[in-house]
Amino acid sequence: MKQLPVVGKALTLLFTAAFLVACSGSDTKESEDAAAAAAAAAAAAQQEAERSAAQQAADAQRRLADAAMEAGTIFYFDYDSSSLKPQAQAALDAHIALLKTNDRSVRLEGHTDERGTREYNMALGERRANSVRDYMVVNGIASYRIETVSYGEEQPIAYGSGESNWSQNRRVELK
Amino acid sequence: MIRISAALLSMVLLLGAMTARAQLTIEITQGVDNPTAIAIAPFAWQGAAAVTEDVADVIQGDLARSGQFDPVDRNDMLGRPSTEQEVFYRDWRAISAEYLLIGRVSGSEQLRIEFELFDVNRQAKVFAAVESGPASEVRMLAHRVSDQVYEKLTGIRGAFATRLLYVSVTRNPSGKDYYRLTLADSDGARPIVLLESREPILAPNWSPDGKQIAYVSFETNRPAIFRQDLNTGQREQLTNFKGLNGSPAWSPDGNSMAMVLSKDGSPDIYIMDLASKRLSRITQHYAIDTEPVWMPDGNSLLFTSDRGGRPQIYRYDLRSGSTERVTYEGVYNARARVAQDGRNMVVVHQSNGRYHIALHDLLTNRMQVLTSTDLDESPSIAPNGSMVLYATKSGDRGILAAVSVDGGVKFSLPAREGDVREPAWSPYLSR
Repeated sequence: MKQLPVVGKALTLLFTAAFLVACSGSDTKESEDAAAAAAAAAAAAQQEAERSAAQQAADAQRRLADAAMEAGTIFYFDYDSSSLKPQAQAALDAHIALLKTNDRSVRLEGHTDERGTREYNMALGERRANSVRDYMVVNGIASYRIETVSYGEEQPIAYGSGESNWSQNRRVELK
Repeated sequence: MIRISAALLSMVLLLGAMTARAQLTIEITQGVDNPTAIAIAPFAWQGAAAVTEDVADVIQGDLARSGQFDPVDRNDMLGRPSTEQEVFYRDWRAISAEYLLIGRVSGSEQLRIEFELFDVNRQAKVFAAVESGPASEVRMLAHRVSDQVYEKLTGIRGAFATRLLYVSVTRNPSGKDYYRLTLADSDGARPIVLLESREPILAPNWSPDGKQIAYVSFETNRPAIFRQDLNTGQREQLTNFKGLNGSPAWSPDGNSMAMVLSKDGSPDIYIMDLASKRLSRITQHYAIDTEPVWMPDGNSLLFTSDRGGRPQIYRYDLRSGSTERVTYEGVYNARARVAQDGRNMVVVHQSNGRYHIALHDLLTNRMQVLTSTDLDESPSIAPNGSMVLYATKSGDRGILAAVSVDGGVKFSLPAREGDVREPAWSPYLSR
C-alpha cells in the first residue's frame, strides 16, 4: 500500500512530460513522431514503475508474512493471568504489521490449563483472548476483524498434569 | 419414555454399540466403621417374562454403594427364601446378618416386585411393600425397592432411583476428540449417549422435574446453551450471543434459567425467562462472575466471582438486589452446589495448591474438606443430600468419584475408556 503514492507521482511526472513533448512541437511529421516516441517511452516507464512497485510490495509482504510465521500463532500466559508477556507482544507486532497489509479476519481462541473449575476457566480463556484482541485493536487492527472464542480447559495441547504440560496449555491461538 | 422421537431413537440405536465402553463400574474405597449387615436373598422370578436382571443384585449394589450397609455374600447364605414361610432366623443369625430382604417378581410386560424386610435379631418383619412398573424398567424398579429399604433403615429418603448425566471424552491423537453427553442410572448402568460431537460439550444440568436437561455445546464452533427434552429428544438452542454462553442453571420453579453471558463485556450472571426468552442482567462487574446456582427457595443465587482478587462464592439476593461474599476460607472456592436443605453447600476448594471438594455449612460458615484426591471438580449433590459425586483424576485419566457429605464413605466410578467428567445428579424422578 505504501508504494502506491510513489507510483502515482512517477506516473504524473511521465504524463506531464509526454504532454509537454506533444504540445511543444508544431504540426510537422517529426514532431508527431517525437510525440509518439515520448508516449511509448512514457508507457514503458510507467509499466516498469508499476512492475517494480508491485515487486517491492510483494517483497515487503513476503517479509511481513515470514516474520509473522516466525513469530508463531500461539501466545503463552502465566497461571491465572491474562497479561501479555513481552515475547507475546513482539510476536503479535509481527502479525499486526501483516494484518495491516490485508483485510483478513482473525479468530483468537483462548485456553487455560486444567486447574480450577471448567466454567471459571472458560471465563479466564476469554479474558486471555480479549487481552490479545485489545492489544491488536490498540495497535490499529479494527475490532470487527477479530473474533474471540474461549475453549477454557477443554482443548489442551499437552495432556497430563504438571507445569511442563500446563504451561503449554495456557495460551491464545491466532487462527 | 414412550414418545421417543424417531430422531432420538435412531441416534440411540446408532450409538447403542458404543454405550458399553462408556459404562462406569463402581469401586467402593471407604465405608462407615460399622456398616449394617444385610442379607438380600435372590428374588424369586415367577413372571412370564424372561429373567433380564438380577433384582437382588441391583439392590445389593445400591446398599453397598451407600457405604452404610455390608451386604452378605450370596455364597454364605444357608437358604434362599422368597416367602415369609421359608425364613428361618437361625440361618441368618449364624452368618451375622442383622436384616434380611426377600422378594418375588411376577408379571410379564408389567412387573410386580413384592418384597419383605425382616429384623433378624428381633425375629420380626419390619415391613412389606410392592413396586410395579414396565418390565423394561426393571432395574429402576429394583432401585425403588432399595430406596424404600434404605429409608426404612436409615430414616433418610433413598436416591437410588435417580439418574446421572456426565460428559466423556475419547482422545483421538490423530484428530479431534469425541465428546459424548451420557445419561445413566445412578449406579452407572444403562448408559445412553444423548449427544455426540467433535466439539466440546459441558455444563450438563437438570430441570427441577428431571424431564429436561440443559448443556453447553460448541457444535456451532462457539459456545451455545441448549435444552433438550429427555422424552421427545427435542432440542432447542437458547442462546447464541457473542462471547461466553455458559453455566445454565434451572430455577427451582422450572420457569427460568440462570446463565453466564459476556455479550456486554465481562462475564456476568443473567436470568432468562424460558417462555419469553427475555433476559435480566443480575450482576454487572468487570470481574469474572460465573457458575450461578439457585438456592432451593429460589430467592437467591450463589455464584463464583474473582471481584475480590481470587475466585470466591458470593450470594445475590433476588428480592433486595444485594450481594454478599459467602466464602473466606482458602484462596479459591468455586462452582457451588447446594443440597435441598439449603444448608450444605459443596465447592471446589484449593488449599496448598491442590484442588479438593469441600463442604461449607451455610448456617455456621464452617468448611470441611471432603476429598483427598487432587484436581477434584464439578461436585454434584444427590437429591437426598447424602452423597457428592465429583470429577477427579486417576493417573492421566478423568474419572468420577463420590464421597458422603460427612466424608465417611468414598467410592469411584472408573470408566473403561476415555475421560469422564462433569457429573450431574438428577432430582428425584416421578414415575
